[in-house]
Amino acid sequence: MSRAKLDYLDELEAEAIHIMREVAGQFERPALLFSGGKDSITLVRLAEKAFRPGKFPFPLVHIDTGHNFQETIQYRDDMIARLGEKLIVGYVQDDIDAGRVVEQTGKNASRNQLQTVTLLNTIAKYEFDACIGGARRDEEKARAKERVFSVRDEFGQWNPKLQRPELWDLYNGKIHKGENVRVFPISNWTELDVWNYIRREGIALPSIYFAHQRDVITRNGQLMAASPFLNMDEEDVVERKTVRFRTVGDMSCTAAVESEAFEIDNIINEISASRISERGARLDDKVSEAAMEDRKKGGYF
Amino acid sequence: MNLLKFLTCGSVDDGKSTLIGRLLYDTDSILEDQLEALQRSNRKNDDGTIDLAILTDGLKAEREQGITIDVAYKYFQTEKRKFIIADTPGHIQYTRNMVTGASNAGLAIILIDARKGVIEQTIRHSFLVSMLEIPHVMVAINKMDMVDYDEAVFNKIVDDYKALTTKLHLHDVRYIPVSALRGDNIGSTSDRTAWYKGPSLLDYLETVHTDVNEDNNVARMPVQWVVRPQTEELHDYRGYAGKVLSGTFKVNDSITVLPSGFTSVLERIEVFDKTPEAAAAGMSVTLHLKDEIDISRGDVLVKSSELPHVGQMIEADLCWMDTKPLDPSHTYLVQHNSKVTRCRISEVLYKMQINTLEKEFSEDFKLNDIGRIVIKTAEPLAFDVYQKNKANGRAIIIDTRTNVTVGALMFRAAAD
Repeated sequence: MSRAKLDYLDELEAEAIHIMREVAGQFERPALLFSGGKDSITLVRLAEKAFRPGKFPFPLVHIDTGHNFQETIQYRDDMIARLGEKLIVGYVQDDIDAGRVVEQTGKNASRNQLQTVTLLNTIAKYEFDACIGGARRDEEKARAKERVFSVRDEFGQWNPKLQRPELWDLYNGKIHKGENVRVFPISNWTELDVWNYIRREGIALPSIYFAHQRDVITRNGQLMAASPFLNMDEEDVVERKTVRFRTVGDMSCTAAVESEAFEIDNIINEISASRISERGARLDDKVSEAAMEDRKKGGYF
Repeated sequence: MNLLKFLTCGSVDDGKSTLIGRLLYDTDSILEDQLEALQRSNRKNDDGTIDLAILTDGLKAEREQGITIDVAYKYFQTEKRKFIIADTPGHIQYTRNMVTGASNAGLAIILIDARKGVIEQTIRHSFLVSMLEIPHVMVAINKMDMVDYDEAVFNKIVDDYKALTTKLHLHDVRYIPVSALRGDNIGSTSDRTAWYKGPSLLDYLETVHTDVNEDNNVARMPVQWVVRPQTEELHDYRGYAGKVLSGTFKVNDSITVLPSGFTSVLERIEVFDKTPEAAAAGMSVTLHLKDEIDISRGDVLVKSSELPHVGQMIEADLCWMDTKPLDPSHTYLVQHNSKVTRCRISEVLYKMQINTLEKEFSEDFKLNDIGRIVIKTAEPLAFDVYQKNKANGRAIIIDTRTNVTVGALMFRAAAD
């Protein structure tokens, strides 16, 4: 059997498992960053494939903005119970209460920016030296530049002009104390690859990925879920629509799309036909042409 | 459906990013919001059309300078194949980033500006492609629109390049006349080059044969992680997890563990909840042996009938990737698959003058220098030579002071 006969999903899966096992082998205190979205859910499945029947050699870490979709939290807790693995939660609210960050005001206020501080504090508190994340290079042009093992300095900063050469599938995880490495096992996957993999593996997802009825308002041309976390005023008209979410982030910055996709097959057809990229529904990327790059330089996931 | 990883190399203004943009555009891979972002951008071609090159320049500094600094990875798929493009910088100063992008490529597109022909950068990039043993090379002679689609210009460049290939080890070289800007021979063949009888670039990418020659591939699996649940019901469970680098392992194969040399028999292969009879190159698996042997991360499992070299003195090609020059008195780390050990560069045999392809005898080794050295490792490595088995024939060098990856090694021979 030759290498070329592996199906592309098998090849992507084998590569991701290899990367996860490198993390386990090279680092003292790794963690897997879990947001409850489809990409980190895929990471969990890959971790099962990499380490079962053994335990995961890392805890799952959720940075909780407090502005979650309830369905995501329910999913997270059910999943942890099924896996029997450890979950650590870092709360953005704790940093707000302690005065370490200040909540944004105004109509488009979001806690998305604030979670970077909580993430860095959580990394420091538990002395994590590697954080596995579900970012993909196809998501955004700054992410397209990211290495699989991406070294962050003691301030959590990414320096895109000084990235280590990354050759073949040899990943260099050597760091100085205080630094950490962000590791992206599904760098080479596209949104469609993730969906095809989820379908192939029969992985359950939070219900908000599938079409459902929801109260939404239209803001800046995007459908936002009506919730107490959104600063609404009399101009905002709440409408009930059939929608689904393509990405799952903070309720205040993740937009829904109108959709009749109740099943995974419909979703895959919808994405294949879609003319809008996944992050087209993320307000946080639209701030400027370099919004993602700037956030990553500041320690964002 | 299978996956082809390829890279594009060319000098700064040869139109690499435009070529990639064109491939994405012609395969309908650019989405509306991305096109809108392009429209909003101030960078336009002279005739006012969208500059497809900005699709790939993801960093602020790149957009400011209009050059590619680091590798960008782009993804697209057609009905026949999935593709990953490594868009690599052309500047000499970013050679290390080109090598990064090239290391995983199964095919290289070398761009040549039809007006300029074969230049120093072409030689440099072709040398790197040959050193890394990239199996397929497509020489894309670009900007044919600027030379009136003249067949004679194309033929002259093909002849010049063929002369160059006699000095290099390139395996499969094809030539195609294109205009990335106008889209000639990219997504489909063009009437403007009626004299060209070959496939379009996309057609070639979709159909190029990517099977590796299994005769040369011997079974190797470095151990990355030992799976030991240590629960009551799995008290004796001990699985060796790793990715099969090359060849195929089958249940009941005789196995040798290196460097210790202990032998056993392959009892079971696990891939999560499945127990296949064979594990082939590219698969991440867990292997179980019949005997209890002390095996840990860094050891290599091989088929006893196909032993690699095991040694501490190795002759290798070295590409230096750090601004701090090679220091022969310094002890570095070498990472060969999951094995990390100390090493020293004990001898520089020669440095390659890669613009002229001449060997030069020199003691110093600086950023982007390439040459042949002898490395001495603190512990033995179980390796193959790169030409025969790329996966087990390469390694990186790490500077213990900075932890940075400073060198890429391709093993050429055992030296002790």
